[in-house]
Amino acid sequence: MIEKIQSSSWYIAFLKEVKIEWRQKFTVYGIFLYMISTVFIVYLGFQVRQGVVDPVLWNTLFWIILLFSAVNAIAKSFLSESRGLMLYYFTVHSPTSFLFAKLFYHFLLFSFISILGLGIYSVILGNPVQDPLMFFLSIILGSLGFTGVFTFVSAIASKAAQGAVMMAVLGFPIVIPILLMAIKSSKNAMDGLDRAVTSGDILTLGAIDLIVWSAALMLFPFLWKN
Amino acid sequence: MSTKKQKFQWWKWTTIILLVYTIIGGFLFDVPRLIILNETVRVLHFHVPMWFGMIILLVYSVVYSFRYLRYQREIDDIKSAAFAKIGVWFGILGILTGMLWANYTWGSPWNGDPKQNGAAIALLIYFAYLLLRNALEDPQQKARIASVYNIFAFAMLIPLLFILPRLTDSLHPGNGGNPGFNAYDLDSKLRAVFYFAVAGWTMLGYWVAQTNIKLEVIKQKIEDNYEEILKHN
Repeated sequence: MIEKIQSSSWYIAFLKEVKIEWRQKFTVYGIFLYMISTVFIVYLGFQVRQGVVDPVLWNTLFWIILLFSAVNAIAKSFLSESRGLMLYYFTVHSPTSFLFAKLFYHFLLFSFISILGLGIYSVILGNPVQDPLMFFLSIILGSLGFTGVFTFVSAIASKAAQGAVMMAVLGFPIVIPILLMAIKSSKNAMDGLDRAVTSGDILTLGAIDLIVWSAALMLFPFLWKN
Repeated sequence: MSTKKQKFQWWKWTTIILLVYTIIGGFLFDVPRLIILNETVRVLHFHVPMWFGMIILLVYSVVYSFRYLRYQREIDDIKSAAFAKIGVWFGILGILTGMLWANYTWGSPWNGDPKQNGAAIALLIYFAYLLLRNALEDPQQKARIASVYNIFAFAMLIPLLFILPRLTDSLHPGNGGNPGFNAYDLDSKLRAVFYFAVAGWTMLGYWVAQTNIKLEVIKQKIEDNYEEILKHN
């Protein structure tokens, strides 16, 4: 089983992502720093002492910080690839396994970033969450959706001029359903509502994620041949 | 110039008759007397068909995007873009008529109603689609990438328009404890116009899109044969 995975095309592409990231560690540090600076600006801007922010505001701000970090963190997945390198990948990988490797890698990276971000955010602005497990789950599912949308949109935006602007313009309207469901379910978790109530929203969020990932994997072969 | 005789297009005449009937009937026919709504209930014949029209035109647009990816024919991309463009116009008209109506019945033009927000987001998505088309230079690349984005965006539009609004209360008739269409219209006075209005406006949208497509095809032909045309003049 393990050998089968190790020899599969997506796993090789995934390893390549990890290795390149490891060699250019500063990009990951950059994203972390971006997140910390944003959290600190929010803290200073609201002039709050610990735990004074209104919980609803706390939750929404956290997701908005995550959203902007996601745009910056995931934009590089295709925008930073040079044309020549893409041509090389085209000859050695199938489109689906290549995209799956990108999606999977950026999902791991971004959920790590968001969990770490939550830690920093909680330390500086306090943490009113009453049901940590469900909150954690909604962050993971939210990252899953963000990764799906922004990885695919960055593949589109990399073909157009003004990639960074296109990334925001094309991505934001599409990501709204995910963002709304994530804010809703994490708010339920924060208020410590009954698991039965929260799990309904979590399931809806998971279903939207499923739509995004499968649409991305289905459509990528058409973007790829160029 | 071609001397081909135009064949009699019955559906265009039907559209004109339906719309004349909608406008006369919509403004002059008797409507049910209802509190708060009063005469504003007539907006039903002008606002609601815009959404039906928008959804139908956008579905057409997505279908042609699929066809483009399948067969790689330029005409499918032209059709897809034209339908999306007219669909966006219907969406804008739907939002404007809705805001006008909401101003008199809900008290202000924008109330943060989930359907209203959903409609605005849908418009943002399709504005982005049109922007993307303009940002790409190479015609074949433009057609392919725009088709891909169109399908991807439509996949996200389905939860936005059909699932999320049902999870929260809406001020719209038929949602959140508000009585729906059936409750307002016990004696079918509205129905006598409404169904024809939907058919009429949707057909008008299809007609405008057809004209748009013809214009694009002619532009394309002129571009392709530019040198030859110059030689003849």
